[in-house]
Amino acid sequence: MKPRHKRMAAIALGVVALGVVASLVLVAFNRNIVFFFTPSQVAANEAPQGRTFRIGGLVAPGSVKRDGVDVNFVVTDTAKAIPVLYRGQLPDLFREGKGVVAQGELGADGVFRAREVLAKHDENYMPPEAAYAVERAQKTIQTK
Amino acid sequence: MSEFFAMGGYALYVWGSYGVAFALLALEVILLAHRSRNARRTP
Amino acid sequence: MSTDSLKWLWYASPQTFYPLAGILARGCAVAAAVLAVIGLYIGFFVAPTDAQQGEAYRIIFIHVPAAWMSMFLYVVMAFWAAIGLAFNTRLSGMMATALAPTGALFTFVALWTGALWGKPTWGTWWVWDARLTSELILLFLYLGFMALQAAIDEPRRADRAGAVLAIVGVINIPIIYYSVEWWNTLHQGASVSLKSAPSMAATMFAGMIVMAAAFWMYSIAVTLVRVRCIILERE
Repeated sequence: MKPRHKRMAAIALGVVALGVVASLVLVAFNRNIVFFFTPSQVAANEAPQGRTFRIGGLVAPGSVKRDGVDVNFVVTDTAKAIPVLYRGQLPDLFREGKGVVAQGELGADGVFRAREVLAKHDENYMPPEAAYAVERAQKTIQTK
Repeated sequence: MSEFFAMGGYALYVWGSYGVAFALLALEVILLAHRSRNARRTP
Repeated sequence: MSTDSLKWLWYASPQTFYPLAGILARGCAVAAAVLAVIGLYIGFFVAPTDAQQGEAYRIIFIHVPAAWMSMFLYVVMAFWAAIGLAFNTRLSGMMATALAPTGALFTFVALWTGALWGKPTWGTWWVWDARLTSELILLFLYLGFMALQAAIDEPRRADRAGAVLAIVGVINIPIIYYSVEWWNTLHQGASVSLKSAPSMAATMFAGMIVMAAAFWMYSIAVTLVRVRCIILERE
């Protein structure tokens, strides 16, 4: 084998190895790419059965009930809703009407028992006065 | 002043971000200055 | 036109590029320092507190510019690698090699500041969602590029091998950028895009843009100095 051929072979081998790694990453990626399921997807049985998964949506306004360390709330995507039971520390940005992602299992009774609750905030950044003004404007639209 | 450094209770996170980021940038500059000096000394 | 393009070809030679890079690097370094001071001033003293996140959101002024740079530098690195592979020009490969450490640095900064931002807001340092995972893969691509080049003694061969890796890895960049649109992620969507007005207060946006400009200048300065080192070491 001439050195030139040897080099070509080495490069070809490298490219093949890279391709294999890339495809493996993509396959693994594809399996875990759905970070959370919406309540509508869960209702349509698209969520995995018998293993833990994440649900995501908005915390239904007025649904949060605290009982000591236990917290009950409802996750909604405005079409479907799932009641969630959680015991533990909630993140700072956990608010009614805001985004949330919870990991756990769906019980036979339809209650999602969460082991971890994460807040999902939006991409809007504004000073408190502006947020207050937006909120007030939305309320006036709703009451009209 | 101390209110500013407290960052509304998020001091650890905010200063941890800025501190590490600028420390790393400074480290890169220092390492590069070294490399540059060595490269010029041995032609 | 023809004399202009000839002039650029002349600069494409390492020997003539060397002094030019020195002057450019000095100017960019000064600009980076000035812009960083202005950016930090806007970020900490002019931009208001965020309604949702309080002061924790101020991490944005370093996180977003670093994340932008991490992706942009990779594209530039792959571009030079491809030019070097296609036209066999010496300087192109050196440019790619010089960009990699700074790109890796900004990728790490984006991940680090993201973790420190995620903990108080989301409630976790890290999740395996599409945005975070693809940014981590970007770090591995940079590190892989550097390791591969370090493992090959002959510079021109190292350049060619690295170029193949860099070009293949470009696929990851649109994945990072669009991950928040293509899949459900914990990471929120982009606040700033070409398609719509930024969804943030004007002074917050200004702080972010000035910091991004500072990182740009920093990257140019550091890369040019590193290219000078590589020219001296190789030639």
